[in-house]
Amino acid sequence: MLARRQFLGLGAGGALLGAAGRASAWTASAPASMREPGAPFTAYGVPSEWEQEVTRLPTANRDVPGNGASWSPLHLLEGIITPNGLHYERHHNGVPRIDPTTHELLVHGRVRRALSFRVQELLRYPLRSRICFLECGGNSNAAWHRQPIQSPAGHVHGLVSCSEWTGVPLSVVLAEAKPYTDADWLIAEGADAFAMHVSIPMRKAREDGLLALYQNGERLRPENGYPLRLILPGWEGVTNVKWLRRLRVVDRPVMARNETYSYTELLPSGKARQFSHTMDVKSLLLQPSAGMRLPGPGWYLLSGLAWSGRGRIRGVELSTDGGQHWRAAELQQPVLSKCLTRFRLPWQWDGAPTVLMSRATDTSGAVQPAREQLVAARGRHGYFHYHAIVSWAVGQAGDVRHVYGTGTGDSHDSNAPADIDSGWF
Amino acid sequence: MTAMLLLILIAAGSDTDTTGPGLGREVSEVPVHDVFPDGTGLPPGRGTARIGQGLYAQHCLSCHGPAGEGASAEPIAGAQGALSGPHPVKTIGNYWPWAPTLYDLIRRAMPMHAPGSLRADEAYALTAYVLYLQELVELDAEVDAAVLTNLQMPNRDGFVPAEAVP
Repeated sequence: MLARRQFLGLGAGGALLGAAGRASAWTASAPASMREPGAPFTAYGVPSEWEQEVTRLPTANRDVPGNGASWSPLHLLEGIITPNGLHYERHHNGVPRIDPTTHELLVHGRVRRALSFRVQELLRYPLRSRICFLECGGNSNAAWHRQPIQSPAGHVHGLVSCSEWTGVPLSVVLAEAKPYTDADWLIAEGADAFAMHVSIPMRKAREDGLLALYQNGERLRPENGYPLRLILPGWEGVTNVKWLRRLRVVDRPVMARNETYSYTELLPSGKARQFSHTMDVKSLLLQPSAGMRLPGPGWYLLSGLAWSGRGRIRGVELSTDGGQHWRAAELQQPVLSKCLTRFRLPWQWDGAPTVLMSRATDTSGAVQPAREQLVAARGRHGYFHYHAIVSWAVGQAGDVRHVYGTGTGDSHDSNAPADIDSGWF
Repeated sequence: MTAMLLLILIAAGSDTDTTGPGLGREVSEVPVHDVFPDGTGLPPGRGTARIGQGLYAQHCLSCHGPAGEGASAEPIAGAQGALSGPHPVKTIGNYWPWAPTLYDLIRRAMPMHAPGSLRADEAYALTAYVLYLQELVELDAEVDAAVLTNLQMPNRDGFVPAEAVP
């Protein structure tokens, strides 16, 4: 209702702005595209030649080109579904080339029947679809820096994407193997050159784990786990093991490198959070965002994304005055659990410098924290799970810059060492 | 009576979850190579840091640096200062809780250009050398499954479940 009132108010203002502008003539002659036949059909469609700049941004280790990530260009997209070619990537040693006719999934360990499934067999199982986000635990980690980074939003926060994943419920396959009752954990292993493996609590696996075969209607892309990957809705990306080849049922976690050294968050006490599986409530204003420019005072549609690994997004509030006042944004329906949620709100910019912020709340009651709250709770060296409120400052000239809080950095000491690792491993 | 009914309902609920066409092929012998903190999964074999030194120069040094101080890969040794200090550096010596995990990573994923290529003795020797860089084993000490299992890593108690620190 609130959103609707704002839209009505917008209409009146928009009309005023239109009346003040100069009317331009409609082109009377038909454009060239109407005077010659169009291009023929294509076997697999690709984006328009005018959209060639909408790409992922790959960043990788200089010595190991398959160890890195590519960032989804969130600031150039709308809606909630990420096109398959733009889904973020995080690999530890490249994308394996896997022939689906020879790939098998082994389910073994503390089970009464160790079973092997070929992909073509899994394709015959009862399938279910789930639209959910997938986010790397290291997403947004540049925001731990003491000075706000000025890269486009997708290049800082774009290790999150959202797809419709279709596959076999993990509970079905596990039940066929008949796990013993003391089996509280699974070890999931991928068929990549890192032999990626992590421990997953059996409770989560049974609750909503999915053996995904399809992504947005087509078979998985190689860089997203073809021919088979694990999907654990709302959980840290690394647990959603790609190129899944083995599930070992066990009674304790294996304490792999990627659940001890990495994907744990060092706290100010010197202790580290471990098994930080659930992704926290988060939101991000994308229109406008860092590096963009508002052409002048007037009406704009603020638009962005919110998500939480703990349930549905209950609301997103926006502030256009540096956090003094907050208004509820309109949430694009349907709002799904553990799924990207698009929020929008019309805004009239009066031309004065200001700071834009978004703040999400989820159905568990969790509220996205301010940056200083997150730093107070978790310190500066956690590296993973950054999810604080993001602020964009709009300057007099319409330029949009990344700022912390209401506009100043944490520290004016530009010689302070970076708080995060700069390399990929 | 109510409790009994509840039990029946729960049983029925789990049954609906288990319906699958049963197309999996039953397999009997399964190679097991996951390494646990208690040493389960560590293979036979042994090596010393002195042997590992040469392997390190050959396979690891270009990314991890001559003394494990890091290069294109992150530092693995030589951290100064506490993890609770203003500029903590996470290395194997001050952060990794379990020595068997180190063997496991080396065996399964290193070196990055030829993962899985090291023989068990080579992986033990490299593990020994990396632990030597942390001053946790001597240069000529034989390192095997038992040594790794019994080695008390300095940060073994350094982790807390995430739910305990929201």
